[in-house]
Amino acid sequence: MNPLLILRISKSLLLARWKQTLVAAIGVTFSITMFIALLSFMAGLNELLDGLMLNRTAHVRLYNEIKPNPLQPVNASSGFMHSYNFIRSVKSGSNRLEVYNSGAIIQALKKDRRVSGLAPKITAPVFFNDGAVDITGVITGVDEQAEGKLFHFNEYVVGGNPSDLENVSGSIILGSGLAAKLMAGLGDVVHVTTVNGTHFPLRVVGFYQSGILELDKVQSYASIATTQKILGKPVDYITEIQVKLYDMNQAPAVAREYARLFATDAEDIQTANAQFETGSFVRTLISYAVGITLLIVAGFGIYNILNMMIYEKMDSIAILKATGFSGSDVNLIFMVIALGIGIFGGALGLLFGFLLSLAIDQIPFVTASLPAVKTYPIDYNPVFYFIGSSFSIFTTWLAGWAPARKAGRIDPVVIIRGK
Amino acid sequence: MEENIVLQASHICKSFHDPVKVKILDDITFSIKKGEFVAVVGKSGCGKSTLLYILSTMDTDYEGDLLIGGEVMRGRSEKQLARVRNEKIGFVFQFHYLLAEFTVIENVMLPGLKLAAFTEEQVKTRALDRLGQLGIRQLAEKKANQLSGGEKQRVAIARALINDPSIIMCDEPTGNLDKKNSLVVFDIFKKLAEEHQQTLLVVTHDEEFAKNTQRIIEMEDGRIIRQ
Repeated sequence: MNPLLILRISKSLLLARWKQTLVAAIGVTFSITMFIALLSFMAGLNELLDGLMLNRTAHVRLYNEIKPNPLQPVNASSGFMHSYNFIRSVKSGSNRLEVYNSGAIIQALKKDRRVSGLAPKITAPVFFNDGAVDITGVITGVDEQAEGKLFHFNEYVVGGNPSDLENVSGSIILGSGLAAKLMAGLGDVVHVTTVNGTHFPLRVVGFYQSGILELDKVQSYASIATTQKILGKPVDYITEIQVKLYDMNQAPAVAREYARLFATDAEDIQTANAQFETGSFVRTLISYAVGITLLIVAGFGIYNILNMMIYEKMDSIAILKATGFSGSDVNLIFMVIALGIGIFGGALGLLFGFLLSLAIDQIPFVTASLPAVKTYPIDYNPVFYFIGSSFSIFTTWLAGWAPARKAGRIDPVVIIRGK
Repeated sequence: MEENIVLQASHICKSFHDPVKVKILDDITFSIKKGEFVAVVGKSGCGKSTLLYILSTMDTDYEGDLLIGGEVMRGRSEKQLARVRNEKIGFVFQFHYLLAEFTVIENVMLPGLKLAAFTEEQVKTRALDRLGQLGIRQLAEKKANQLSGGEKQRVAIARALINDPSIIMCDEPTGNLDKKNSLVVFDIFKKLAEEHQQTLLVVTHDEEFAKNTQRIIEMEDGRIIRQ
């Protein structure tokens, strides 16, 4: 067997009908181009949408929920031990929103090797006083640095400087919708009233835009210390601890562990956003399905062209066989032709796919809900290129297999006698 | 067995079974010595082409035995038979059957490259020698489909010669040529047989061509009636 000779013959046969070859190759090129562009775009979009949620969501949240105590006295009573006890209208006890012993919990979390970072948080419902009208809102007390590092807080601050939250005492960052309602600009003072009736002036140092309009109409941020001051609470008052893990998949287990260990409520991200992963998965599935369909269609194109080529080259096949080329040689020649089309078309497809992705990446995509995004998102993941190239080779191999086998089995006597 | 017997057919029979059994070849037995120039003649449909395909190992559906260079061809794999054709048999067909995608020199070189007994350089030199021997060296770089019928047939002969085969088989080599070109081709064959002791087996219905060969095998209805 002489692979170079096989290669040479294949090349000559291919180039002899270069237009036909080109048409077949363009089919592959087109499908690979679309495959790459589609998947890059879809993955980019998925990443963006996931990021929209995941960037701002803690992997594990520790908090205290106000709820009725599950251990009601009747259940403890020995007289009703073996009965079903139906109690209606159970009221919540006088439990506090505060995470108990937050200082010690934070110390313990910082030592945990699985934890990549944590951010304390205080939620304070307030009224913003706008002349005679009170607008309900929420001030979230955050540690600006931790929040920025873990949840990209800075990216959503569209005006002003987020670090002023710590530097300027009594400062607030207003949600963009809220600021519009209050007609508040940078440096203005807004007045808030807490649930307890305390009145408080706060200086506006920035605006926050999450992209979720309803949220931006009520949300605002202040530093932990300011929020504690508004609420009249001591310095260890914290209503929530947000924890980010190195491995997100551990979140459910970690949440269960913390709930037991710290005797608080703990919620993991998977429970909180179960529908989210499903959406990403289905979108990815659809784009792969479309991409692979494109490749299969291209495969049929190659199959047809090879079949035609074999009919045209019957004489050549007969003479090759008569002069000493075996069936497997001829089979190999046509396999090389098919793979040649696949590799050539596939390589061009990868290039064009990359260029198309670049082009999509340049298209402006400005939307109020995504302040950090200026153009359509593209994920330049090498895995797509790997899948694209291996699938183009696989499809052409499959498309070439049957025609090549047929060519290998052609009986030269039938051809020569047929003249 | 004699040393100089190139090809031997013993009791070769072949039938077509579709739709009824028809005997095409019946008990064909003969042998060809080295350097012989043999013509197989007979009317159309007497089975001479069928016999040629069997002798050339391309058709394996027959009874009896075929020996080429003293070796039995029966029971060999398709790959082994291809090797035998490559190494020991040269072909010239009625319709010249050159590969249109290749130049003349490449056409001639292909079987040599397949055999790989020589380097590419050597094969090229040999190919040019063969072309020169047949007086068409100047056509070497032309595309095969730019040639006239007579030229194509000479290229086909050059290709048949490239591996120094022990026998050259021809199927109506002059069937598609005019008088002048037929003469040229015949002269080439004659010269090959006489000067180079090249064994030749030619199937033809060209009476004049056959008359000038050294030996005639005449067939009728699948049998050899005279040899």
